[in-house]
Amino acid sequence: MTSDGSTAPLAIELRGIVKRFPGVVANDGVDFDLRPGEVHALLGENGAGKSTLMNIVAGLYRPDEGEMRVDGRPVRFRSPRDAIAAGLGMIHQHFALVPSQTVTENVLLGLDRPRFLLGLAKHDEEMAALAAGLGLKVDPRAKVWQLSVGEQQRVEVLKMLYRGAHVLIMDEPTAVLAPQEVEELFRTLRAMTASGRSIVFISHKLAEVLAIADRITVMRRGRVTASGIAAAGTSKGDLARLMVGREVLGSVERTMFRPGAVVLSMRDVHAENDKGLPALRGVSLDVRAGEILGIAGVAGNGQSELAQVVTGLRPFLGRIEIAGDVAERRSARDAIRRGVAHVPEDRTGVGSAPNLSITDNLIMKAYREAPIAHGWVIDVSAARRMAESLKDEYSIAAPSIDTLARLLSGGNLQRLILAREIESKPSLLVAVQPTRGLDVGAIEAVHRLLMARREAGAATILISEDLDEILGLSDRVAVIYEGLILGTFDVAEADVQELGLLMTGGTGGLPLEVAPILPGVPGA
Amino acid sequence: MDFVTIMAAGVATGTIYLFAAVGEIFAERSGVLNLGVTGMMLMGAVGGFATVVATGDPWLGLLVGMAAGGLLSLLHAVVTIHFQADQVVSGLALTFVGTGLARVLGEGLSKAGATSLLPKLTVPILSDIPIVGPIFLRDQSVLVYAGYLLVPAAWYWIHRTRPGLNLRAVGEYPAAADAMGVNVYRLRYLYVFMGGLLSGLAGAAITLAIQPGWFGDLTVGGRGWIAIGLVIFAQWDPLRAAVGGYLFGAIDRFLLDVQGPENFFGIRNPVYYDHTLTFFLGMLPFVLVIVVLVVGSREAVRKRIGAPAALGVPYIRGERGA
Amino acid sequence: MTAAGSPQGVAARSRRTVQLERRLDVPRWLPYLATLGAVAFALLVSAMILAAVGGDPIRSYLHIVDSAFGDIGVISDTMVKATPLILTGLACALAFRMRLWNIGAEGQLLMGAWGASAVVLVPLLPPGAPALVVIPAMTLAGFAAGALWGFIPGLLKARLAMNEIIATLMLNYVAALWIAFWVFGPWSEGGFQLTAQFPREAWLPRLTDLAAQVPALGGLTVHLGLAFALVAAVALWFILRRSRWGYEIRLTGDSPPAARYAGIDIARNTIAIFMISGGLAGLAGMAEVSGVVHRLQQAISPGYGFTAIIVAYIARFNPLGVIVAAILFGALILAGREIQPAGVPGMIQGIVLFSLIASEVVLRYRIRLVRG
Repeated sequence: MTSDGSTAPLAIELRGIVKRFPGVVANDGVDFDLRPGEVHALLGENGAGKSTLMNIVAGLYRPDEGEMRVDGRPVRFRSPRDAIAAGLGMIHQHFALVPSQTVTENVLLGLDRPRFLLGLAKHDEEMAALAAGLGLKVDPRAKVWQLSVGEQQRVEVLKMLYRGAHVLIMDEPTAVLAPQEVEELFRTLRAMTASGRSIVFISHKLAEVLAIADRITVMRRGRVTASGIAAAGTSKGDLARLMVGREVLGSVERTMFRPGAVVLSMRDVHAENDKGLPALRGVSLDVRAGEILGIAGVAGNGQSELAQVVTGLRPFLGRIEIAGDVAERRSARDAIRRGVAHVPEDRTGVGSAPNLSITDNLIMKAYREAPIAHGWVIDVSAARRMAESLKDEYSIAAPSIDTLARLLSGGNLQRLILAREIESKPSLLVAVQPTRGLDVGAIEAVHRLLMARREAGAATILISEDLDEILGLSDRVAVIYEGLILGTFDVAEADVQELGLLMTGGTGGLPLEVAPILPGVPGA
Repeated sequence: MDFVTIMAAGVATGTIYLFAAVGEIFAERSGVLNLGVTGMMLMGAVGGFATVVATGDPWLGLLVGMAAGGLLSLLHAVVTIHFQADQVVSGLALTFVGTGLARVLGEGLSKAGATSLLPKLTVPILSDIPIVGPIFLRDQSVLVYAGYLLVPAAWYWIHRTRPGLNLRAVGEYPAAADAMGVNVYRLRYLYVFMGGLLSGLAGAAITLAIQPGWFGDLTVGGRGWIAIGLVIFAQWDPLRAAVGGYLFGAIDRFLLDVQGPENFFGIRNPVYYDHTLTFFLGMLPFVLVIVVLVVGSREAVRKRIGAPAALGVPYIRGERGA
Repeated sequence: MTAAGSPQGVAARSRRTVQLERRLDVPRWLPYLATLGAVAFALLVSAMILAAVGGDPIRSYLHIVDSAFGDIGVISDTMVKATPLILTGLACALAFRMRLWNIGAEGQLLMGAWGASAVVLVPLLPPGAPALVVIPAMTLAGFAAGALWGFIPGLLKARLAMNEIIATLMLNYVAALWIAFWVFGPWSEGGFQLTAQFPREAWLPRLTDLAAQVPALGGLTVHLGLAFALVAAVALWFILRRSRWGYEIRLTGDSPPAARYAGIDIARNTIAIFMISGGLAGLAGMAEVSGVVHRLQQAISPGYGFTAIIVAYIARFNPLGVIVAAILFGALILAGREIQPAGVPGMIQGIVLFSLIASEVVLRYRIRLVRG
C-alpha cells in the first residue's frame, strides 16, 4: 500500500523492525518504505542505526522483531544470498571486495553460474562490455588493490547490477570521494532511477542528502524521527534538528590567527607506501605554532603516509625539521621525544591496545619518564592517579580506569587517545581522521579540544576526508593529490570548488558550468 | 650414490612431503593454520599400518589412514572455527594429541613382520626416456603417481574453478565472501578436513609404501614440520610444493647414501671414517628449511606476494576492520 | 516474532531459545573458573580414553596423586621434576606474553645442558676447581648456550620476519643431533651413549647432601636448581608487572602496531626476549645435568620443553601461576611413567591444551535465554 495512491507495490517495506545487540538497541521499532524509481535517503548521525537497518535488508542480520516485504511479498532473508536473489544489493562502507583478486573474479564471487570452470577470459570481456554500457570505466583484469577508491566503488556497483539488482543500498558512498566524483556518482544514480531502479542512500551529510534524495527518512538513536518526508521544501536546519534533537553548532568559535614560529618544516619529502609504490613524491610544507593546517584530499593520495613520516612510522627521503631539529632518519621514539603527538587513523589497531586497561593505554607516551617511571620501575600508583585525573578531565565514560580499552565506545576511545596525546604537551599534533565514525557530541568534543590546542600555541596538522571539517577548523588548507601538495590557501580565501578541483588533480575533466553541490560556507 | 637412484628415491620420499604440504596449502588458503600435521600424519601412519596388519589389505589401510587424519583435523576445526581459539596453539595441541594417540594405538605394532604393500608401477616405454623416465616412471608406488596427478589438479582447482575462487576469497577477505553469500565457516571446515585427509594420506604412504613398518614417533620424525615449512617456501602454490617436496626427499636419500663410499672423487669421505659425523648430516634438512624460508620470505617481499591475508584470524561476522 | 494480523496467523507460544552474544565485560573470577573447568573436563575425557584402552582411570589417577604427593620423599621427587618445568614454563610464558611462539624450549634446554657439560668435559675449567667456581660457571654456560639458541630464531624473526615456530622447531632437532654427536663421539664414556659422570664439584647441592647434619633430609633429591627456578619466577613476575620493560612486553604482545606507534623497538625486544627465554630453558638443562643425572646423555628431557607450553598456558602466562602448574605436571610426568600405554600422558597433555583454548570462548561470549 503506497501513500500516494499509486498501485505499484513498494520496492521495500519495513514494519516494526527491532534489532538488539549486547548493550544497545540498534533499531527500535523502525518503519521504512522505498518506492520504485526513487532515491530515498536514510539520514542520521553515526550510531543512529541506519547501517544496521540496511544490513537487515541486505540479509546480513536477522531482525529480532518486525517484518519485511519486497515488491509487496513478505520475505525472510537468512543470508546475503537471499537478499541478492530478491534483487537487493548493498554496497557497504568497507567494500566487500577481495583486494588480491581481479575485478572479474570479484564480480563472479558468490554466483551460481559458472558452476565449476571459471572461464575468466570470456568473463573479462563480458564485464568490460557491461561496464561500458553503464558508463562505468573499469579494467576487468585489474586487481582490486590496484584501483582507486572511486574505481572500487564502481566495481561494487557493477557487481550488483550484474546480479540484476533493482534496489541499490549505498552506505556512506561519498565519504571517500572528492566533490567532482560525488557529482559523477549522483549522475549515475539518477540514470539508474530513470531506468526503474530504486536507491537507498545512507548518509550523515545534510547537504548531499538534500541534493540527491527524493524523500528522506531521519533516524536518531535507533528510532525514526521523520519518515519519508519530501526533500523539496526541507531545510538543513530542519534536518539537523531531526538528526540530533537540538540546534547543531555551526562552526566552532575561533580566535584570530596568530602564527608563531615554524614547528614543522618538510622539504621535498619522498616516501613509499606499503606496496612499495611512491606515495609522497616531493612534499614540502610548513606548519607554525598556533595554527591548524588542514590537509584536504581524497583517500589514498598520500595523506596516511604523510602523517606516518612526520610521526616516525615510515622511512622517507628528504628533510623533515621538527622544532629546529633536522633528521633524515626518524623513529617513532625520536618523534615522541621531539614533542610530536599522533592521533592515528586506526583507533583500535594502532592508537590503543584493546586488551590493556585504560590506565595502561594512557601511559603509552609517558611511561618512560618521571613521574610515571622511576628508573626502570613503573610507579603504579602514580600511573593510576594520572589515569583518574585524565578520565575526569576528558570525560572518558567507563566504569573505571581498569576497564579494558576494547570495551570503550568510539567516542570515548578517541577521548582517551586525545587525552594521552595532549597531556604530553606536544609542540606538534598530527590528527588523522579524528572524527570518523563518531556521533555529533563526540565530534564537537574533538573539535573543541583541537581548537584549545591551537589557543595554547601548538601546531596541528589535521588530515580529514571531510572537507567541511577541514574548512571549519583550519587556518590554512593544503590540497594533496598523488603525493604532491598542489596548493596551500588561507581558509578565508579558499574557494570550495577550486579545492575540489585540485583534490581530483586540477581539472577533474568536468565542464565549469557544473553547479556546485556543496555550499561555500563551512559548517554543518 | 648415483644421481638417478637418489632422485628416484627422492621422488618417492618427496611424495610424502607433497601430500602433507598440499593438504596444508588447502587449509591455509582457506585462512586456517593447522600446525598439527605431524599428529595427523602419525595417525594416518598408524591407522594404515594397523589396518594392514589386521586385515592384510593395504588399500583398506589407505582409507583408514586418510580417515584417521581427517577425523583428527576436525578437532582442530571445531576449536578454531567454532570456538574461535588461537590457531597456533590449537595446532600444537593437535600435534600432542595425535602423537600420543598414535603412540597408544601403535603399541606392539613394531613387532609386526613384513606386511603387504601398495603396488608399484612402471610405465612402459615412457620409463625408458633417459633420466626423466627412470626417476619418475619406473618402479614407483601408485601413490607417487597419485602425487603426480594431485599437484596439477590442486593447482587447477585453486586458480581456475569456482570452488577455488571461493576458497581464495575466504582466505584473503572473508568479509567480502560472506557478504556475497559464500559460507565461510562451512568452507573452512571442508578445507581443514581435506588437509587432514591428505596429511593422513601422507602418513599412510610412509607405512604402506615408502618406508613400511612402525617405529613410533620416528615413523614420521620431523617431516611434518618440514612440510609446514615447505608450504611457506611454496608460497601456497601446489607446484612449488611438489618441487620442494621432491628436493627434500632427494636430500633425505642423499644423506643416507653419502655415508657409503670411501672416497669422493679421490677425496677421503669423512663420514665413512667417522660415523658420528652422520649426526651433522642429519641436521642438514632442518637447517635447509630455515635457509629456504629466509630466502623465500625475501623473495616474497620483493614480489609482494605472501600468505593468505586472513590466515590465522578467526572470522567473526560483523566485526570488520577500522 | 510476528506482528499481529500477519500471514503467519495466530501468535504462537513464545519459545525460549539459547543465544550466544558477545560479552561486554569479563568478571575477574571467570578466567580461573574457566581454567579449572577446562582441566577438569580434560581429565574426564582422558579417563574415558584410559578406560577405553583397558586401563583403570580411577586407580591411575589415585596412583598419580599417591606417587607424587604421598610422602615427603615423593614430594621431593615431584619437585625435582617440577624444577625444569618451572624454568621452561617461564621461558614459554615470557615469550608467549609477547606473542612470540617459542616452541624451541626443548632444544634450548638441550643446548643449556651441553653448555654446562662443556665446562666440565672440555674442560673449560681446570679439574679440581672448587664447586664455588664450577657451579656458577656451569650456570652461566648453561644460560648462555640456551640464550644463543634463542638468539638465532629471535634474530631471524626480528630482522627477516621469519616464522619463529618453524625456526625454533627445526633448531630442536638440530640441538638433539648436536648432543647425540658429542655423546656418541668425543665425550663418549667407554663407547656407551653417555658421558663420564661429573666430579662432585659439578653437582648442584641437594638436600640429601645435608643428611649428615640433618638425618631427616636423607634421600631428598631436591636440588639448588629449584631455588633458581623460584627466584626466576618471582623476578619475572616483578618485571612483567612493575617494570618499564614489562610494560613494553605486555603492550607489544597485545598490539604490535600500537607498540610501534608508542616508539617501542620491537625488533630489539624480540631478540632480547628470545635470548632470555632461551637462557631460562638453558638453565633447566643445566639443572638437569648438574642436579639430577650428573652427566650428559641423550635422554635428558622427557619433553619438558613441550610440556612447558601447556604449563605456560594453564598459568595464563603468569610467572607465579607457572610454579603451580609446573608442580602439577611434574607430578603427572613422575607418576605417568607407570601409566600404560605409554602414549597416554602425552595425549592427556594435548587434551588439556585443547580444553584450555576452547574454554576461552566463555570469556568472549555468554549464554542468554531469549524469548521468542
